[in-house]
Amino acid sequence: MKKIALIGNPNVGKSVLFSRLTGVRVVVSNYPGTTVEFLEGKMAVGNDFVEVIDVPGTYSLEPSVPAEEVAIKMLEDADMIINVLDATNLERNLYLTMELLETNHPMIIALNMQDELKHNGITINDQELEKLLKVKVIPTSGVTGLGIRELKQALGQATSGNVKSRTHQQRWEHIGIIIDSVQQLTHRHHTFWEILEDASVNHWWGTVIAMGVIFVCFKIVRFIGEGLINHVMAPLFNSVYQPLLGQLSAKLGGNGFLHNILIGKLFEGQIDFQQSMGLLTTAPYVELVMVLPYVFSFYLLLSFLEDSGYIPRLALLLDNIMHRLGLHGFAIIPVLLGFGCNVPGIMATRVLESKRERFIASTLISIGVPCAALQAMIVGILGGYGGKYVLFVYAVLFIVWLFIGTAMNYFLKGYSPELFIEIPSYRLPSARLLRQKIVLRIRGFLIEAMPVVLASVLVINLLQQIKLFEFVSGLFGPLLSFVFGLPKEAVWVLIIGLLRKDIAAGMLIPLGLSLKQLVIACIVLCISFPCIATFAIFLKELGLKRLSQAAMIMLGITVLVGGSLNFVLH
Amino acid sequence: MRKVNLTKMKTGEKGIIAHIDGGTVLEKRLAVMGVRMEKTITKLSSFVMKGPVAIKSGRTVIALGHGMAAKIWINLSEK
Repeated sequence: MKKIALIGNPNVGKSVLFSRLTGVRVVVSNYPGTTVEFLEGKMAVGNDFVEVIDVPGTYSLEPSVPAEEVAIKMLEDADMIINVLDATNLERNLYLTMELLETNHPMIIALNMQDELKHNGITINDQELEKLLKVKVIPTSGVTGLGIRELKQALGQATSGNVKSRTHQQRWEHIGIIIDSVQQLTHRHHTFWEILEDASVNHWWGTVIAMGVIFVCFKIVRFIGEGLINHVMAPLFNSVYQPLLGQLSAKLGGNGFLHNILIGKLFEGQIDFQQSMGLLTTAPYVELVMVLPYVFSFYLLLSFLEDSGYIPRLALLLDNIMHRLGLHGFAIIPVLLGFGCNVPGIMATRVLESKRERFIASTLISIGVPCAALQAMIVGILGGYGGKYVLFVYAVLFIVWLFIGTAMNYFLKGYSPELFIEIPSYRLPSARLLRQKIVLRIRGFLIEAMPVVLASVLVINLLQQIKLFEFVSGLFGPLLSFVFGLPKEAVWVLIIGLLRKDIAAGMLIPLGLSLKQLVIACIVLCISFPCIATFAIFLKELGLKRLSQAAMIMLGITVLVGGSLNFVLH
Repeated sequence: MRKVNLTKMKTGEKGIIAHIDGGTVLEKRLAVMGVRMEKTITKLSSFVMKGPVAIKSGRTVIALGHGMAAKIWINLSEK
């Protein structure tokens, strides 16, 4: 099958076009480096199929970050190129085009972001551009769907530019000639959005705006999350699902092997969703009632922020702090993604230049950044005692985070490169793309979480039946009580925590812990080993040596922090 | 005409890029992001403690570290 690669600068809308061409749904955002891996999809052309590859963005064919290396490797395998250009930034985008023309691959050009041209006061003569570049140019807009059909039809007309290799200087000279004859700019006044764009990167105004944005986001995540729990999911479970389970429980005789596995323990003859620990009771309750609403509200806000173009501004504002940790501001993107789920967070560290940065960022994410599911449980468990306890957990995590980052920056050899990013214009997020992204993320969450949660509850129940549960708790329990002041049953919380954090946190509820024990248990769950999925991606991305080093740090910091809190707190 | 490096420019000031120290690697990397010799740029902000600098060239806004900014020399525009 023929391979067509979509290649272009970062953040020019390659993934939106890819999605339009192949029907494959992908995550797209308004910042450079959303796509760190290539994606493949099939597209029908006449009676035939071709393979379309969405390639991470690159500014030139001389790579500077791992994600760009992927782009260049993909290029070698491609039979044909669709070079995607941001029409609002033509001059700079043409540099890569010049390099691509010199590779003599058959190519066509998608002059994308047509919908943004008019209000930016830019006119481009695309026929003239086509004449000068000697390859087909199709004006497109991935967001509105403009030109997609024409792009598909033009695939047969791809030609190689037949250009000899040029020097850096010659390329720019040639671009200068092209720009002069195809692009016209009309002067216009600064719009409200542009003023806001400039203000949000200013050291004073930007800081004020950032604090406002973060505060409002927290409030909205909380409002939507709590709202969905209290007004939708909990009532649904309590008034619709519980009576059904009650009937099942009665049919099973209220006791026995099957009852214990499916329904779990009864409390005063009733099912207690938080404590029964059955496959049909606590498992779905934790995931769907306690966790899902927060995962949804978190991703809703994160996706909106991503598509608006605000996040790179945050990278600039936080650059100073991140430098103390051996990272630069752009590392805030993997960290923010990590607050949703650590796995995509660690994947996203590919936008960082050096192995050293990737190691620091991935370790910090695994230790100090609890995923949305775990955060939802922490709020669920500690929120009832008062917001200050939740805040305390976050404060401890933040200090641990700063401490480990500073220490790693001090002890690891090498230096960290400087911040160097493009800050995109604000864009009003497209409702279609936003919906698509949230659906993808929520579906991903449910597919990954539910089987593991069900399996965890099943295994725990089976182990209790065969008494292995008590054996293991008895073996390691005394150590746990001594160091963290936790009861011996909490051994299993930590073991299940290796599989999934949310259901592990859920197992704390029936243990009847004191407030101090709950706080310590939540912190230990966060900073000790991450879940198995995070381990796997860490291993894949950074290798066994780095993973073992990170694991040692995790073990050390958990004993240090958990032990000191046990000693200090009353 | 006064020539200063980017870190010494004041927020809001405009100028033309005169030269870039630090060899062709940095120059090429900056060029492909739209920061090139003879381009007019506006400084948008700079942060304390050798923090990053944000500049605007046309519609492109770029944030770069203090060390890089110190290598970019600007001929300030007359007011």
